[in-house]
Order: sequence, then structure tokens, then C-alpha cells
Amino acid sequence: MTAEAAKKQKLSVPFDYSKYLRGGKLPHIWCPGCGHGIILKALLRAIDKIGLTNDEICMVSGIGCSSRTPGYVDFNTMHTLHGRALSYATGIKMANPDLNLIVTTGDGDALAIGGNHFIHTCRRNIDMTILVYSNSIYGMTGGQFSPTTPEGSKTSTSPYGAMEPNFDCCELAKASGATFVARATSYHVAELERTIKAAIEHKGTSVVEILDQCPIYFGRQNKYKSASHMMEMIEKDGTVSVKQVDKLPPEKLEGKLLRGILHQVEGEEYCDKYAKIIEKAQD
Amino acid sequence: MADAAKKLPRIEINEKFCKGCSICVDFCPTDVLEMKGPVVVVKDLDACTRCQLCDLRCPDFAIQVFD
Ligand SMILES: Cc1ncc(C[n+]2csc(CCOP(=O)(O)OP(=O)(O)O)c2C)c(N)n1
Ligand code: SF4
Ligand code: SF4
Repeated sequence: MTAEAAKKQKLSVPFDYSKYLRGGKLPHIWCPGCGHGIILKALLRAIDKIGLTNDEICMVSGIGCSSRTPGYVDFNTMHTLHGRALSYATGIKMANPDLNLIVTTGDGDALAIGGNHFIHTCRRNIDMTILVYSNSIYGMTGGQFSPTTPEGSKTSTSPYGAMEPNFDCCELAKASGATFVARATSYHVAELERTIKAAIEHKGTSVVEILDQCPIYFGRQNKYKSASHMMEMIEKDGTVSVKQVDKLPPEKLEGKLLRGILHQVEGEEYCDKYAKIIEKAQD
Repeated sequence: MADAAKKLPRIEINEKFCKGCSICVDFCPTDVLEMKGPVVVVKDLDACTRCQLCDLRCPDFAIQVFD
């Protein structure tokens, strides 16, 4: 049976990731149970649904486990400096406005060292998709706390519990001017794929905070039994879909993070605005 | 019996990629998979509903379900 016919009959056809992957790079470096691989796969399926070709995409990252993502994909890619992915991406986009820019970044990369770049990218509303792999920790460097580490959580640098209140990545993005803001998880895989697709299709700065798990550092230090246990407790039980909010009593919403598209508005895009400035200057 | 004639899916596991995280085992709705040492194996193919959740949640490109 052809793939087309099977799809029609709703029979299963596994997705062929190979056309988007650089040959010979798998298995990837991520630890057993790390959510980063789940996000990569959802992203590739989203790209396939949109129908983008490899050459139409440019993926940029900073430094961190999450920032290793571009190394596996057969797109235009750039692995840059810690926290600076958005600045490189901004330059690439302004020089090549037709490219689809996707930035893969960690919560540390995006919101700590890269926090300033993050808010100003959102403020400009430049057309790019920022996927924040939010595992509440600096994975690559040994599990130090990050700006998204929930207060009280244990990390290598907060053995008695993190004492700082954490950022809400989505609120920060919205307040800074991003025109598309969403939250997804690596547990809710189908929803993750749909959310990433919507983010890429949106014109302007799109931010998706994706809750995923670092079982090796965050998990072990906070007494989670496994990657699945983290997905169950943090991603499944710790979130509520925006579609369900109105149906649930307030006590069921307590302490939960909202999932889904949290904010989407139209706004003039930065490269379009810049083209007008160039026109004016040449007049 | 219809059951005997039932076409079974084919579950392909890439043992070189599987890191033994057990996410697919823990979340399979019909308990098809199990861990055997460091990698996942199929325990009960008959129970597989072809939902694909094991593939979708596998971080390692290690499991695929063919009809
Ligand atoms: C300028 C600079 N400072 C610090 C580092 C060390 N460093 C590398 S990755 C990283 C944090 C990564 O955490 P995150 O972005 O959350 O990604 P994860 O590894 O958790 O996916 C740090 C501090 C660096 N590479 N460069
Ligand atoms: S250290 Fe944590 S974030 Fe990095 S690959 Fe391992 S599980 Fe993933
Ligand atoms: S396709 Fe669904 S039922 Fe079959 S093994 Fe995978 S998760 Fe289990």
C-alpha cells in the first residue's frame, strides 16, 4: 500500500525523518530520556506539514545541550555564541528576509545570558520562531539553576533549594512585544507539533516555551524516578490547556502552567518596516 | 476467528539508537513494550493499536511502527 492510501485509511505510516537529517549524525548526544530529541522530531514533522524545503530554513542556536539541535538537521544552520543566537538570527533574517528563521535555545541560553537579546528581539517583532527548550536547568554545564528553575528546586548551585523567583518565559515574551506566544510540552507530542507549526506560520516574532525534561540533572536532584516520571508530573499534571481553562474550577488551576497559544496578534514585521525605511532614504 | 486473521503491525526497534530511557514502555497505552536489559523489546504485539505514541515520544529515533 502506498503511503497516500495508508494515510487515507488512517493506517499508521511512520514519519520519515531522514530527508531533514544530516546523514551519519545519529545517535545524537543527548542523554537517555532527555526531551530535546522529542522536540526535534516534532519540529521536523511540523516543517513537513508546512511543506518547507530544507533550503528555505535557517536554524540558529547558541550554546547548550538544546543548542546542539542544528547540528543534526540538513538546513542552513549556525551554531553561535552562548546567548547570542537571536542576534545572529536577526542579522541573517535582515540580509535574507525570505529565509524562515528558527532559533533553538535553552532556558539558560535564551533567558539568562541571552535575556537582553530575547526581550529586544520580541520588541522588534522580527519574523522568526524561537523555540525555548525549557528544562529548568543548565544541562550542558552540570545542572546549575537557570532563570526558569522553580523556587525551591534543588540544583548543583542551589543544594538547599533555589531562592530566586523564576521567570515566566511566556509572560516575558508577551510583555516584550512578541506577537505569537505559546507553551507546549514534550509529553503532549501532537499538540507540540501543531503549536510549532502555528508558530512558524505566524509572521512576526513567535516564542514557544517547550517544557521538557533533563532527567540527568534536574530529575536526579529533585528526586524524580525517571524521564517518564518528570513528563507525568511536570508536563502532564503540571499544565492545563487553554481550551480547558473555562471549564475547570479555580482549585484545579492552582499551580498549573497554561498550555497552547497564549497570545497572538498582528503587528508590523521588522524587515518590512526596514524595507520602507530604505525606500524613504533612497527617495 | 477474525482475531487469527488479524494483520499485525511491525514494530522496528533500532538497538543502536535506543538508549533505554523507557519512555515508550511507560506511556504505551496497551502495554506492548518492555525493557530487556538496556533496550526496549516487543512483549505483546497483538495488543498494539498502531497509535504511534511510542514513536512520537521516542527522543532517539529508535522505534517505528509499520502497518
Ligand atoms: C559566554 C559563555 N558563558 C558560559 C558558558 C558555559 N555554558 C555552556 S552551556 C551553558 C548553559 C546551557 O543551559 P541551557 O541554555 O538551559 O541549555 P541546556 O543545556 O539545558 O539544554 C553555559 C552556562 C559558555 N559556553 N559561554
Ligand atoms: S544534561 Fe540534561 S539537557 Fe543535557 S542532554 Fe543530558 S538530559 Fe538533556
Ligand atoms: S503504536 Fe501505540 S500501542 Fe503500538 S507499541 Fe506504540 S505506543 Fe504501544
